[in-house]
Amino acid sequence: MPPEERQLLLDASAIERTLHRMAQDIVRQAPDPRLLVLIGVQRRGVEIAARLAAIVARETRVEVPRGQMDITLYRDDLEVVGPRPLVGPTELPVALDGRHAWIVDDVLFSGRTVRAALDQLADFGRPARIGLAVLIDRGGRELPIQADVVGEKVTTGAGDRVDVFVRELDGRDAVEIVRAAKVRA
Amino acid sequence: MTSGRLGKDLLGLEHLSADDIRLILDTAEPFKEISERAIKKVPVLRGKTIVNLFFEPSTRTRISFEFAEKRLSADTVNVASAGSSVSKGETLVDTARNLEAMRIDMVVMRHGSSGAAKFLADRIQSNVINAGDGKHEHPTQGLLDLLTIRDRRPIAGTRVCIVGDVLHSRVARSNIWGLLKLGAEVAVCGPQSLLPMGIEQLGVQVFRRIEEAIEWASVLNVLRLQLERMQGGYVPSLREYYRVFGVTLERLERAPRELIIMHPGPMNRGVEIDSRVADGPHAVILDQVTNGVAVRMAVLYLLAGGRPELAESAKGAPER
Repeated sequence: MPPEERQLLLDASAIERTLHRMAQDIVRQAPDPRLLVLIGVQRRGVEIAARLAAIVARETRVEVPRGQMDITLYRDDLEVVGPRPLVGPTELPVALDGRHAWIVDDVLFSGRTVRAALDQLADFGRPARIGLAVLIDRGGRELPIQADVVGEKVTTGAGDRVDVFVRELDGRDAVEIVRAAKVRA
Repeated sequence: MTSGRLGKDLLGLEHLSADDIRLILDTAEPFKEISERAIKKVPVLRGKTIVNLFFEPSTRTRISFEFAEKRLSADTVNVASAGSSVSKGETLVDTARNLEAMRIDMVVMRHGSSGAAKFLADRIQSNVINAGDGKHEHPTQGLLDLLTIRDRRPIAGTRVCIVGDVLHSRVARSNIWGLLKLGAEVAVCGPQSLLPMGIEQLGVQVFRRIEEAIEWASVLNVLRLQLERMQGGYVPSLREYYRVFGVTLERLERAPRELIIMHPGPMNRGVEIDSRVADGPHAVILDQVTNGVAVRMAVLYLLAGGRPELAESAKGAPER
């Protein structure tokens, strides 16, 4: 294995500030915060959605319902992924019809996860609007999909990895980029 | 985060590892919720073709499989032996090869002969799921029973007694294998004529009296007296059987603890089980039916598997 180069992109306080700004963006785009519902994509999107909902609740004094979904069963690449991935829970706490539903994920890359999430939401109802909020947009899209609210944009190569750590699951808050090793001498 | 351990087929629980069984049960959990949605369908098996090949009559199992398949968006065809070329004397392998020539992906089969599922699986490329083969195994029933117990209490250490016609029961065999692998204590109870010789060697206790079984167990899995498989002589009469082995309200009221009552259906009310028990608060019989769909969805999902040889060419596709 070639050595990897690990770079800190956001530390805990930067994540906190970024989430705050994202939450404000989401509220600004909603005609009424009572119409909002935030839906985290398994797994770290769920934690991000929970944090955003907490900030929105603090700022607007409106409890924003939040849901979670696992998009595995809607993926377009199951035929090629080899052994089947474990499926996590999908729970949507409120009817989506007429709501401003936000899909929340940690990293936006190819756009295929979001495509699957859109298909899945369509099976649950017809929101008035669906928005997309991501903590990190790393480029590299394979589908015509863009986020409405972005925490941080970063340029990455195809072999790079963006690791998002959240304290609920990983014990700490950080975003790190793992650069693929340059050509070996 | 992956499941590479299950093979091409699900033929029984005897040869699965405890991890395999847990993987299926864990996978069934999120599938439960799909059946509660307004739109009860996910696209994961879109384009897969599944044949339900039933050489024995079945209502519950066949419908349960069919719901599971449809809720995963597979295309399904049902073949029953009556009215098919099977009744014209075609062999099992010829039937299956003809189906395979039409490019199917999976076969779900119920057959009257023990070992039929393995026989088929060894000879065709499609995935084979055993939906009951003779007196051998009925793995998805065993799995749904495990899931139903696990919904209520940890399986390890739980005392489960299988009551009644163990001799003719593939459900009993799948339950015994599965329960033992997950660490349950297992017993059987029934008239000697309906218990297989040497059943103790599987690692189960034997109770000759239902009262002892009730005193010992925290779960009773009450089997159907398989009247159609009995050519006389196994029990003196149905009334006699009910008097001696029937799971009645009076007997349960004397139990030292509250029991969970299971039955794989279809029930013979007033033969192996009292109607007041079957409809009572401790019966989980309809939960078993609900869980059956989720367990079968999980098995279909896991067996449909990916093709790893394609994974190389698609590398870099997954997010992050």
